[in-house]
Amino acid sequence: MLWDEKLVEENAKTKNPLGEGRVITYTQALQEALVLKLKQDSRVFLLGQGVDDPGGMFGVTRGLKEMFGAKRVFDTPVSEEGMTGICTGAAMTGMRPVYFHNRPDFLLLAFNQLVNHASKIHYMDAGKTSVPLVIWSAIGRGWGSGPQHSQAIQGLLLSVPGLKIVMPSTPYDAKGLLLGAIEDNNPVIIIEHRWLMKQQGVVPEGIYTIPFGKGVYRRRGEHLTIVGTSQTLQLALAAIDQLKAEEGITADVIDLRTVKPLDEAIIFESLAKTGKLLVVDTGWAMGGVCAEVGCLVAEKAFHLLKAPIRRIGLPDAPSPAGYTLEQFYYPTDVTIAQTIKEMVRGK
Amino acid sequence: MIKYQYRGKGPEHLLALARNHERAQLLALFFTMLRIRMIEEAVESRYHEDQMKTPIHLAIGQEAVSAGYSAALEPSDYVFCGHRTHACYLAKGGDLKAMFSEFFCRANGCAGSRGGSMHLLDKSVGMMGSSAIVAGAIPLATGSALSSYLKDEKRVTTVFLGDAAVEEGVMWESLNFALLKKLPIVYVCENNYYSVCSPIEYRQPPVEICKKAEGFGALSFSVDGNNVLEMYEIAQRAVAHAREKGPVFIEAHTYRWRGHHGSGDDSHTGYRDVQELALWQSQDPVLMMKQVMYSLGYLDEASERVMREKIELEIDAAFEHAIHSANPVKEDLCKFVYSEGDTHVVG
Ligand SMILES: Cc1ncc(C[n+]2csc(CCOP(=O)(O)OP(=O)(O)O)c2C)c(N)n1
Repeated sequence: MLWDEKLVEENAKTKNPLGEGRVITYTQALQEALVLKLKQDSRVFLLGQGVDDPGGMFGVTRGLKEMFGAKRVFDTPVSEEGMTGICTGAAMTGMRPVYFHNRPDFLLLAFNQLVNHASKIHYMDAGKTSVPLVIWSAIGRGWGSGPQHSQAIQGLLLSVPGLKIVMPSTPYDAKGLLLGAIEDNNPVIIIEHRWLMKQQGVVPEGIYTIPFGKGVYRRRGEHLTIVGTSQTLQLALAAIDQLKAEEGITADVIDLRTVKPLDEAIIFESLAKTGKLLVVDTGWAMGGVCAEVGCLVAEKAFHLLKAPIRRIGLPDAPSPAGYTLEQFYYPTDVTIAQTIKEMVRGK
Repeated sequence: MIKYQYRGKGPEHLLALARNHERAQLLALFFTMLRIRMIEEAVESRYHEDQMKTPIHLAIGQEAVSAGYSAALEPSDYVFCGHRTHACYLAKGGDLKAMFSEFFCRANGCAGSRGGSMHLLDKSVGMMGSSAIVAGAIPLATGSALSSYLKDEKRVTTVFLGDAAVEEGVMWESLNFALLKKLPIVYVCENNYYSVCSPIEYRQPPVEICKKAEGFGALSFSVDGNNVLEMYEIAQRAVAHAREKGPVFIEAHTYRWRGHHGSGDDSHTGYRDVQELALWQSQDPVLMMKQVMYSLGYLDEASERVMREKIELEIDAAFEHAIHSANPVKEDLCKFVYSEGDTHVVG
């Protein structure tokens, strides 16, 4: 379990956080959000397999049971569908559950409750019931996680009305988006990435929220627009920073922060300047976030395009477990840089 | 061939039990059952007009379960149920006009024409909702009970389910969790021996459903679901136990007189013997209670007529209301996909 972990650690150390202020890790930022909400709102409670074990969800929930008691922070049976429905029922009756999963793969067992129930109840009840539910999970790339432990399933959930899908990429966002998710009156799925957990960043103290459906520019540039979220966005930033230094290629890099709701306006705004779009995502390219953003632009902003849209997601294959195959499977800053060069040189 | 015999103790037992109850209580129970029966028959008689464009699942033959059970609940207690909603909704006090409006697909239906007959709710009386997914409401109800536990309230949540619902894993996930946390919940299984056209012997090995629940550690009862007083007495014990100590499971044996959905009997298609239906119809829960009331001198032809006329008037008025209510408008379509405010009921 060491090979990738070392890489993540290295990355976290070498990257200097931008801006001024208090620097903490991604994990600490998430925990801070939970502590603030548990203190502020007695309706909030945390649950999930292992939230109170020594690992404590990568450290995110470590120590919270001691702080807030076993009634509000508790381990669950290995019953994902049941527990998702139970959280939904609790949310329907006035509580605000935050339900943790180690990996998004396990959410697949809960699709009945997520897709048939949690996301539809407000609509089916003609607005009489709300479901303020947060479901948190972290994508497990690498470490030999393989086909059933490293899936990024945001694409499968993207078309479900009634859900919100949040995919942070920085400690600042992780905290602000989690706070926003807990305050939201709808089921919110937060899809984190394990490779971001050790990242450092400037994070203000206290409660602040980041609005859903509003993207943010992480870089401003001329030659193309790169759109993405989460860990792939970090890869794209590494790629464009390198290209800028070496070849003077610059890009608008847009972090969507939430893929549902999706900020169309910021994408169109940038495309009006660059005319070229690259979409990156941690999930499969087919039918997922890449496909949706691409289609949206083709449908509503075709006139702004000077070149074909490109997407970098995962190939139409399950994620392999083995180290060598993994290297072929996942995008890297190098493969992203390669695509950017092709796009800019008009190849 | 008759596969499923009536296993109860018949009218003499009902009469014996009746001697322990007050006249007013008995009249109220009879009235609830009669009202459900008459409403169901009225819906059925108009169904061919095709104005109620909703799949109906009639509870005719099963009235004693909801009527007897719900009489043991406080108004502030919560109820959830599955697709066979009508009797549960009415027994908990659900508004008849809003129910008919929902059947007629009107904007003022209890679910704003978004749910149809399988999704009745009336939160003003604690009828919290239902799911058209078999067993889907079971974890929701369990989550509602979790809310009560977290809030230190004495509210009991009940979920009505069919015999097929125990074939879903989420039933046992929910019961396991409810027992773990000693949640205030009662699971009421209406065993009518059929799931659509599949007899229970094709679906489950011959182990009594309540024994399965007992195996999980739940206090469990097997009840004659056609005997409204047996149902009521067990419900009182169950609700008291749930309120103070934790989960209870009730298996109520009963029989549906009509087809799985729609109007009329479908026994002629061959999945069940018409003799079997005739046998169960000879143990009519409403008629049995009526005869008891007559023999105790609590009811006679004149007072029964008064009762029936009252119900008929109510039904006519509710139909008038539904028929003359407005349809939804196009702007309603995308309303309530997301919740803007916090809509949960307090208290
Ligand atoms: C998950 C799921 N599978 C299948 C169905 C189709 N279906 C609707 S009602 C029903 C029968 C359920 O039987 P039971 O739970 O015994 O209730 P009853 O209809 O007898 O009241 C089935 C299989 C469904 N609605 N949901």
